[in-house]
Amino acid sequence: MSGGELVVIGNGMVGQRFVDALRARDPQGTWRVTVLAEEGRPAYDRVRLSAYFDGVSESELNLHTPHDGVRLRLGEPATAVDRDRQVVTTAVGEYRYDALVLATGSYAFVPPVAGTELPGVFVYRTLDDLAAIRAYARGRRVGAVIGGGLLGLEAANALRLLGLSTDVVEFAPRLMPVQVDQAGGAMLRRYVDELGVRTHLGVATTAIRQGPDGGVAALELSDGTALDAELVVVAAGIRPRDQLARDAGLPLGPRGGVLVDATCRTADERIWAVGECAAVDGTCHGLVAPGYATAEVVADRLVGGAATFPGADTATKLKLLGVDVASFGDAHGTTEGCLDVTFTDPATRVYAKLVLSDDAHTLLGGVLVGDASAYPTLRASVGGPLPAAPLALLAPDGGGADAGALPAAAQVCSCNAVTRGDVDAAIADGCADVPALKACTRAGTSCGSCVPMLKQLLDAAGVAQSSALCEHFDVSRRELFEIVRVRGIRTFSRLVTEHGRGRGCDICKPVVASILASLGGGHVLDGEQASLQDTNDHFLANLQRDGSYSVVPRIPGGEITPEKLIVIGEVARDFQLYTKITGGQRIDLFGARVEQLPQIWRRLVDAGFESGHAYGKALRTVKSCVGETWCRYGVQDSVGLAVALELRYRGLRAPHKLKSAVSGCARECAEARSKDFGIIATETGWNLYVGGNGGFRPRHADLFATDLSTETLIRIIDRFLIYYIRTADRLQRTAGWIEAMDGGLDHLRSVIVDDSLGLCEDLDAAMARHVSSYSDEWRDVLDDPDRLRRYTSFVNAPDVPDPSITFTRERGQPVPVRDQSPTGSEPTNGHRRQPVTLGLPEVRR
Amino acid sequence: MTQTLTLTWTTVCLLDRLEPDRGVAALVDGVQIALFRTADELFAIDNRDPVSGAYVLSRGIVGSRGGVPTVASPLHKQVYDLRSGHCLDLPGVAVARHDARCRNGLVEVRLRQEG
Repeated sequence: MSGGELVVIGNGMVGQRFVDALRARDPQGTWRVTVLAEEGRPAYDRVRLSAYFDGVSESELNLHTPHDGVRLRLGEPATAVDRDRQVVTTAVGEYRYDALVLATGSYAFVPPVAGTELPGVFVYRTLDDLAAIRAYARGRRVGAVIGGGLLGLEAANALRLLGLSTDVVEFAPRLMPVQVDQAGGAMLRRYVDELGVRTHLGVATTAIRQGPDGGVAALELSDGTALDAELVVVAAGIRPRDQLARDAGLPLGPRGGVLVDATCRTADERIWAVGECAAVDGTCHGLVAPGYATAEVVADRLVGGAATFPGADTATKLKLLGVDVASFGDAHGTTEGCLDVTFTDPATRVYAKLVLSDDAHTLLGGVLVGDASAYPTLRASVGGPLPAAPLALLAPDGGGADAGALPAAAQVCSCNAVTRGDVDAAIADGCADVPALKACTRAGTSCGSCVPMLKQLLDAAGVAQSSALCEHFDVSRRELFEIVRVRGIRTFSRLVTEHGRGRGCDICKPVVASILASLGGGHVLDGEQASLQDTNDHFLANLQRDGSYSVVPRIPGGEITPEKLIVIGEVARDFQLYTKITGGQRIDLFGARVEQLPQIWRRLVDAGFESGHAYGKALRTVKSCVGETWCRYGVQDSVGLAVALELRYRGLRAPHKLKSAVSGCARECAEARSKDFGIIATETGWNLYVGGNGGFRPRHADLFATDLSTETLIRIIDRFLIYYIRTADRLQRTAGWIEAMDGGLDHLRSVIVDDSLGLCEDLDAAMARHVSSYSDEWRDVLDDPDRLRRYTSFVNAPDVPDPSITFTRERGQPVPVRDQSPTGSEPTNGHRRQPVTLGLPEVRR
Repeated sequence: MTQTLTLTWTTVCLLDRLEPDRGVAALVDGVQIALFRTADELFAIDNRDPVSGAYVLSRGIVGSRGGVPTVASPLHKQVYDLRSGHCLDLPGVAVARHDARCRNGLVEVRLRQEG
């Protein structure tokens, strides 16, 4: 079979993957493809559906890629298949096929109890479902979820985020019965309890009761009790959508689903089935990975290939309600004669189970709850020998799960299919640290969960990973911070004499300067501190490639009056500065010579400005959208909060730069999720996201806390920042800091929200000191002749401006003359300025 | 054959004007000099960063590497030996060094042109 009319029924994740896979294999377009989609929007990422409640937009979830020769009929579900005529019927017309692929997916199973049709009862399957849940939740207080599996817990979290008090009803005696065992479910329940979500296990819902307003009001349970519920989500499992196949007389699997063989073909040689609707050799798979595998098989077969279904990998690792849960291999120990090794620690709330072969030598599967750090190593070891003694593997820090014991064929990075052998080869080729391994093998570049294994493999290869800051200090930044703090050391010379060696360097000196500043060391240019600062902090401006500086007046939150705008314009004009709007909602003024800096600051200070940190490891800006004051979508005053935050945290020295933003609604125009700490308004308060950044390795921030009052929000950010400043490594942004933290985001939450280490009082006090001692660093220079002295061109010729700084004009503005080629030779590639000519269309009169 | 042209000493500033472990720029016979004061010594090298071509070395961080007094370029952090002018990170790259001394509380510089 090759070429002709191909009809695909369904445009879910697997249907889309099938079309992508076919198009990749059939570049000539021998198959003309028609996709019939039930929903009015093209394929989206259903696995991440719940992210919708975290403010992730519909477009971010989109999976659809348009292809030539593919017709997508949105909102046009198939109603019948006529196998004799080879025609699919819709409400609009008929589509003839030479090959037909069923990708109809699943529907939410709704148990047969009275009241499921009432207003306020929803399923949790599509974006439309979620939008309806969100709309109905407005103004309501109590919700319930029927089903305590994966989807049910996601739905429970969604209701929680919508501000509803939430109950979960599960018929099985434990949560997530498919993935975890009884003890794992019990551990999971402890976490869920703590979030205020109430669970009712081993009970069935017998009826859904109507309230006086006609909507749902309560659930009746099989134990005779009732639960108030103004909104109900039914998440009691899924069933394959096989009605079309059933009506067309195709054989079905024993538990439903379109019966197909290992080639994913039905009993009709022209009809195939993929994804959740397909019962491959009788079994339906409700996970996306096996679904994608079926899509690849059929795409291959349609171009004459011989692929067969490779079997389903049901391993899952996910974060539910902030709890790590992982399940892999024979998690329930169904293999005959298998042995269990379990570990339960109520204190750290970690549960782990390994299932071993009867001789205890081969790993068959396992369950992890609370700490899934060992998952990558364990999953890679399924079917092979145990990489370490079982108890060591299950230790909560995963310390025993050493990747050094893995065989060469074991997959270390499952996202990018990198084996231990690949990593070892890269190390042998000279990769000496994790960044080098990432660049060379792509391992650890997607989800990052295998990064600890990469470190272990480096260790196993004997490549030392030193945490020493530089040759002058054997300790890390974090340890140095503690030494300075605990011993009350206030000078670099004492620190290096007592705890280091030599005279310091460009690595350790700025680190110590930052630590001293964080601990309230006074003005950054006072005394010996001045000699520690990088040139930007030394001159309080941003060094440019020609030796001139740029000045960026602080414009908190990006809010500025016309009068101040005029002043910036006048300063730029009078000092002939190149002017550019920055990405941080400020105005950057370039081309200032050192001796001009104080004059520029004087003009700015007199107009009510301070200069700002567009340099240095400190808070840069807090961006904002315009918020509810003007925007018809805004729900909170995002500008007001952004201004308050920028004024609170300005001048705060940190291990790396800090960026922030505040969005006034879930549309997220301020791009807060690309910031170290981003805030997005909700109807009732603020959601806080942490650990985002742009740059070389962009990363979205993770949701940290929801619906906070302004007061609580600021308290949590205070602690987040001080804890980061105290414990991060040099040049480690918040993202890397959290990723490297044992226990990650949950640990961070326990420290700065639940005060598990008893640090919060101290963290709060440290931020209070910062806020009360803040002083305009630039104005302080103007008031001090000793500090002002630095701002001269030449110590013996202060009236002579640096002759090497010269400008030409480009697009009406001054720009550096670029004739200073390195070592007097020809400019290296890209260094010579070329005029830009554009072929603009001519306007004819 | 290396020929060293020795010129005269030029007074630049008071010693007190130099902060320990920090540099200043000075103009000596039209040549931009970066002048550094460490705990016990004075050093003078060209102010021009040979990698970028910008006149900025006087604004670098002073330190040591393996006992050698150094300055790091503030632009891209290449480290130079203050005694010899050799770049310790890039083989073959160097800056001209000059003589510096303190007489009666005054800092003096003498240009050296090595050709």
